[in-house]
Amino acid sequence: MNLNPAIPRDLLLSLLPELVLTGWALVLLLFVAWRHRTVWDLRIAGWLTLLALVSTAVAIWWLWWNRAGVRGVVSMIAADDFRWVADWVFVGAAALTVLISFTYLERERLLAPEYHVLLLLGTLGMMLMAAGADLIVIFLALELMSVAVYVLAGFDRRRARSAEAALKYFLLGAFASGFLLYGIALVYGATGTTNLVLIGARLSIAMRASAMLLAGLALLIVGFGFKIAAVPFHMWAPDVYDGAPTPVTAFMATGVKAAAFAALFRVMYQAFAAVPAWHDIMWWLAVITMIGGNLFALGQRSLKRMLAYSSVAHAGYLLVAVTAGGVAGTSAFLVYIVAYTLMSLGAFAVLIAKGRAGESDVTIDDLSGLAARRPWLAFALAVCMLSLLGFPGTAGFIGKWYILIAATSAGQNTLAAILVLTSVVSAGYYLPVIMAMYMKPEPIEAAHVDVCLDRWGRAAVAAVVVGLLLFGVWPNRLFDLARAAGDSVHAGGTTTAAP
Amino acid sequence: MTLTVFWIFGVIAMGSGLLCITRKNPIASALWLVVTLFALAALFVLLDAQFIAVLQVLVYAGAIMVLFLFVIMLLNLGRPGPTDIKGPLGLLGATVLAGALLLLLRPLGQAPLPAEIQLPPGTVAALQQQRGMVGAVATPLFDTYLVPFEIASVLLLTAIVGAVVLAKRKL
Repeated sequence: MNLNPAIPRDLLLSLLPELVLTGWALVLLLFVAWRHRTVWDLRIAGWLTLLALVSTAVAIWWLWWNRAGVRGVVSMIAADDFRWVADWVFVGAAALTVLISFTYLERERLLAPEYHVLLLLGTLGMMLMAAGADLIVIFLALELMSVAVYVLAGFDRRRARSAEAALKYFLLGAFASGFLLYGIALVYGATGTTNLVLIGARLSIAMRASAMLLAGLALLIVGFGFKIAAVPFHMWAPDVYDGAPTPVTAFMATGVKAAAFAALFRVMYQAFAAVPAWHDIMWWLAVITMIGGNLFALGQRSLKRMLAYSSVAHAGYLLVAVTAGGVAGTSAFLVYIVAYTLMSLGAFAVLIAKGRAGESDVTIDDLSGLAARRPWLAFALAVCMLSLLGFPGTAGFIGKWYILIAATSAGQNTLAAILVLTSVVSAGYYLPVIMAMYMKPEPIEAAHVDVCLDRWGRAAVAAVVVGLLLFGVWPNRLFDLARAAGDSVHAGGTTTAAP
Repeated sequence: MTLTVFWIFGVIAMGSGLLCITRKNPIASALWLVVTLFALAALFVLLDAQFIAVLQVLVYAGAIMVLFLFVIMLLNLGRPGPTDIKGPLGLLGATVLAGALLLLLRPLGQAPLPAEIQLPPGTVAALQQQRGMVGAVATPLFDTYLVPFEIASVLLLTAIVGAVVLAKRKL
């Protein structure tokens, strides 16, 4: 099904998942205005959110099944396999976040169902970021996502740390948006267009990149570097991840990062493929992000802060995929982001179960003896930790292996070596969690009595563990999907996966 | 003539922008920002974009600045706060870095502009003759840029919901 966005019907069709999600967000907003007092209102809002996400996923699936694509026309919106796969990741991350939010919101007495509205609007921003084929669309979508997440980070207004996290994220995020916007302006000044495909076409016939273009490109990288929390721009990440409510942290670490990377891939490979200058910048960013993220994580005692730094380190691994580039790099990114979203959300879900009301600092020692008392929960966290480490048999291993293949086949052997070495370092902070759970005794009698996860949270954790183990031993279908998606970004949408 | 006017308003915009971020008193900063916004409106007129210039004055210099001053008054920020630049060494460092940045940005002025954004003189005037002042802005807004326009409306809705959530007395 070839769509021409100049025709209104085709434009609506190409935006179908976003329209479905917007419609649901508005319905939910009306519902919330009507019922917003009791625990049950919150629960119903959560179920409606899940329904919204499921129907959005069906809309994405329908477009993918019909091989919808915008081909051969210049458009604001891209429709290709890359977008559908990225959308599924965002919708999945949002759905898992909703599932693990039920316990948390009720325990922390955050009885404001607007939480779910903002979650849906943030997801909408992410989907538009992956869909944007024009720098203006990408910028507005990034702002839409960011504004929703700024508020979510400060949702627990009674806690000073949540407010601090929101303010820090907002101020630095606004600053980073300024960089991004200025970069877009300079790129427009250098090429005369904001459309990614047209920029790519004009740069491929230009003899050499002008100073204005390079300055714009550098500013764009700063703007994206902030959102993905790459190392020189990561300063906000630990404090914000630590202070935000835990489900929101999980959403930020997975969805926001995935969306920023998806937009980064599209911008770099559709618009600036002909400019080699950014490869060196990405190379260095990847190296210092991997080394910095892993070294900082080693020193953390708080589990949430450790996961925050670990998310910085994983941004480094993903930057290796960006540097490697090509179809292999793009599909490696998609495989890894699926694995990373699952394992990260699983780890945060267990953290929510262990956390007590009003107190968020769960240290690694607090987990001592969890395996004896709650064997399944400990098993789930162990699988997530092993997957984050890249242990064979889990999806994390498959993802890292795929990135390594992409890097070595692109001739980036140094980068691949650093990835392996820093992964070994990361064992220094992932394994103590497993050791504490399985090898240390309970510090006091009944230390884990108050560990609780409702059935929705349990469903989310079970889905994560099954997903991680399934993709760890049988990744073929995911590989096919990711490869078709990688093709669609680089070849301008000439190939699609056979559904 | 046009170039002279451009330089006058350009220098005013730059100077008042600099004053806006260096004043210690928030009200003085806000008022210098008004001057910057007026100078920018004048630059829009030079670009034949009179409609944008009027909007700039009405919306930014008018409505949004009033909101700024309201917030400053409500938060009782009238008193000058501590300065961000710490000591003479900090000032020296800032000056050196700003100089280095200017030096790096110099090639920007020499870069040739692509043909796509160099309209022959009188193009915009002809367009306005044809569609009117507002039409020249409205047609691209609701045609080429329809999707970004709609995203911006959802963005504003999100900001409203977020502001209400954060400011509501009782959660």
